[in-house]
Amino acid sequence: MKKQTIQSSQDSLWARITRSPSFIYVLISPLFLILFGYVIYPFYQTFIQSFGSETGLNNYERFFSFESTANLEALWTSVYISVISVITCAIVGVLMAFLLERYDFPGRRMLSVLVLVPMALPPLVGVLSFTFLYGESGIIPRGLQHIFNLEQVPFALEGVWGVIVVHTFTMYTYFYLTASAAIKGLDPSLEEAATNLGASRLRIWRKVILPMLTPSLVAAALLVFMISMASYTAPLIFGVERTMTMQIYLSRTNGNLDMAATQSTILSFVSISFLIIMRWYQNKRNYQNLSKGISVHRSEVKSKVMKVLSVILSFVGVIILLLPILTLILISFSVDGTWTIQVLPPEYTFDHYKALFTDERTWRPIWNSLQMGFVATVGNIIFGVAAAYAMVRLNFKGKTVLDILIMVPWALPGTVVAVNLIAAFSEENIFAFNQVLIGTFWILPLAYFIRHLPLVFRSTSASLMQMDQSIEEASRSLGAGWWMTFRKIVLPLTLTGILAGTLLAFVQSIGEFVASILIYSTSTMPLSVAIFQKMYAFKFGTACAYGVLQIILILIVLTISEKLSKGSAGSAV
Amino acid sequence: MKGVRLNDITKTFGKVHGVKDLNIDIQPGEFFTFLGPSGCGKTTTLRMIAGFYYPTDGKIFFDDRDVTRLQPNKRDIGMVFQNYALFPHMTVNENIAFGLEVRKFSKEEITRKVDEARRLVRLGQYGERKINELSGGQQQRVALARALVIKPDILLLDEPLSNLDAKLREETRIEIKRLQAELGVTTVYVTHDQTEAMAMSDRIMVMEDGYVQQIGTPQEIYNRPVNKFVSSFIGESNTIEMTIMSIDGEKVIVKNEHGVLITGLLENSSPLAPMNKGEKVHVSIRPESIHQGEGENTLTGEITFVEFTGLSVNYMVDIPGITLKVMIINTGGKLLEIGDSIQLNIPARSLYFLGE
Repeated sequence: MKKQTIQSSQDSLWARITRSPSFIYVLISPLFLILFGYVIYPFYQTFIQSFGSETGLNNYERFFSFESTANLEALWTSVYISVISVITCAIVGVLMAFLLERYDFPGRRMLSVLVLVPMALPPLVGVLSFTFLYGESGIIPRGLQHIFNLEQVPFALEGVWGVIVVHTFTMYTYFYLTASAAIKGLDPSLEEAATNLGASRLRIWRKVILPMLTPSLVAAALLVFMISMASYTAPLIFGVERTMTMQIYLSRTNGNLDMAATQSTILSFVSISFLIIMRWYQNKRNYQNLSKGISVHRSEVKSKVMKVLSVILSFVGVIILLLPILTLILISFSVDGTWTIQVLPPEYTFDHYKALFTDERTWRPIWNSLQMGFVATVGNIIFGVAAAYAMVRLNFKGKTVLDILIMVPWALPGTVVAVNLIAAFSEENIFAFNQVLIGTFWILPLAYFIRHLPLVFRSTSASLMQMDQSIEEASRSLGAGWWMTFRKIVLPLTLTGILAGTLLAFVQSIGEFVASILIYSTSTMPLSVAIFQKMYAFKFGTACAYGVLQIILILIVLTISEKLSKGSAGSAV
Repeated sequence: MKGVRLNDITKTFGKVHGVKDLNIDIQPGEFFTFLGPSGCGKTTTLRMIAGFYYPTDGKIFFDDRDVTRLQPNKRDIGMVFQNYALFPHMTVNENIAFGLEVRKFSKEEITRKVDEARRLVRLGQYGERKINELSGGQQQRVALARALVIKPDILLLDEPLSNLDAKLREETRIEIKRLQAELGVTTVYVTHDQTEAMAMSDRIMVMEDGYVQQIGTPQEIYNRPVNKFVSSFIGESNTIEMTIMSIDGEKVIVKNEHGVLITGLLENSSPLAPMNKGEKVHVSIRPESIHQGEGENTLTGEITFVEFTGLSVNYMVDIPGITLKVMIINTGGKLLEIGDSIQLNIPARSLYFLGE
């Protein structure tokens, strides 16, 4: 970008400048500038604000004081929920991975496709469908009550346990994915060798399998803990006010911005520490699997009893996985305001879907989100591709800093990102071209851009790393300049990676709720906030129709990404 | 066709030195090989000629033009990479045409030149194939065609045969040599395989640890290695430390600590060898130059190892203070066994006195 403007000056001078070893810092400075302006500076503003208008550590004293324990309780509840979530997710995820990777049973195929369904569920919509299903007036509890003629509903998902169940459902996939990748890479001959040496089944598990899986499990555990700490939607919907994210939200809505800043700072501190621990751990760990060409064999479930049992279990699994989406689809056809005490909605209509595209007021949030997501994603592409190229191909001091700075927004809870943006952009600011951004169209795209900063970056650097540097050198030696090489060789070869990240960033922007709810302005209300508001206006049908639309969008994107990654695997050298 | 001259080239990476004080003068049209073990600096040197590295010190000339800091795309060189570095998203034709498109040739000319280049490397009907539909040997030839079609001043080949299986390697070796002779392009070839280097090169530069060990024709390098490293790296060799007993005209008599005497010739000594009475020298004797039976320098020893390869019989023979590798051409005679005694002779002209 910067290159062209200087090019007009004298060629020899230009050549001399580009050859200087410090020229590289001119090239990468825009990246650092963006990170500084939109990540560090807002963070710093929050940090300053966290001390409040008075001097000293008043806010921090209040946070940790034992007189009003709301904040400490919130911190404790957040940690508690996160630890339990890690445990439950680990159990479900690892078991699923072993079951699907190592055993063959009727229904395995079906289950192995559906096991990733929770990833297709946007957070807000997912939590909503859980309350429709298992909440106090949910379909399942009411159904049971109705069938067995009970006085009250037999059970209902609520409070902290509701949050944990939703976390387990939505986050076990992190464990599942890492564990199944690790199991795939686990050479069965290791187990055979251990058996051959006389080890029992239990001993093999303890001494061979678990140690080999530990690195990936620790990584997944850190990730789930971090995401649980940042979780906002589930506590909001289940009414668990004493979590860190909810406290920030409440402080903000009560107008106590200083306290919100203090809470944000403390939560960021936790998140960033976890990010650093994760990075450290990932750099330290190494896969010690030396085998080449692994052939995994699945053991077939043979005994009759086990066969029946496995069919039943996989059937239950499929039902549990599919129910949230089926529920959303069902309710999206229900007439708004008619579903009160019945088990299932009594009246159905197609109007909500028609309204999505015909009614100006219903269509508006979709259009807003599309626009804002588009703007944010364009920013993500430009920044992500440039940063990935710099990280993978260029050599400069401060690489680690750049890498961490890009990952920080991803580690920060959306709530914190929003608070940071409020702190930095509710006044005129040089990074906003001396404008106030809060209350304008631009604040949400900026928030989406920051939150999804690493997505394009990571997928692009992954495909860049796969691409042998000698391919670029070949192009150069054939006479192509840097720009031509980039355009004709690097871009086409990394296009699938760029596209995969782009699609993901776009879809996530469309569904972003956590930061949006804190900083949206009514004139540019995004889709997710609209869903939330429709819910509270008892317009379940419309809310679910929005949700189904989102899920369809996500499924399309997932399918395209899958196709892309298959296509690129074919042409990769 | 251009000559390449490297003047006092030094390249350091941080504190690690890649190559040091390199001086090479490659003649126009010459097939010049950098030979050495991995990490010796041969690829670093090649990459400086290509322009992917700039030397820390020294200058590079193509003929009389200083190209030390010229960008790689302005050098007019053809390069074949170890992994071929073909563009995976393009067809064979598009790969070959890339350099021509950069040079803004007309469409018709590109088509003509690409066809010609494809025929040259015998890939006639493969023009529309994708790269991943080709075998390793075919990919190799596309890489060659792509490098040659731009009529480069200099052709650089970075271990181009290392990814091929043994049979293809020999075939491609002959192919490269044929193309080079036909086109007469100045060629710099990097390899760690001494057989390849011997078979193809006009001259070889042997490198180790960033330093040049010896530059010379294949015969010079093989028959008259300057030091222990070169003699052991090129081919098999017995290198024995011995003391010079006497120098009498052309005749040099050396002895080991067990009193074994061997006679060699003064002319067969490296310039670096200390050829004075009483000095210790390294003596290099090729296993294939040792014969069975009586003759010059007759020695008797005990066999400690036998290996039959078909072409030859390899023995390890213990002579007091020396273990000799001996290679006898197989003529169908009876194999000796471990523990047997064997009589050997070493012609005086087969001894070579080495420097450090």
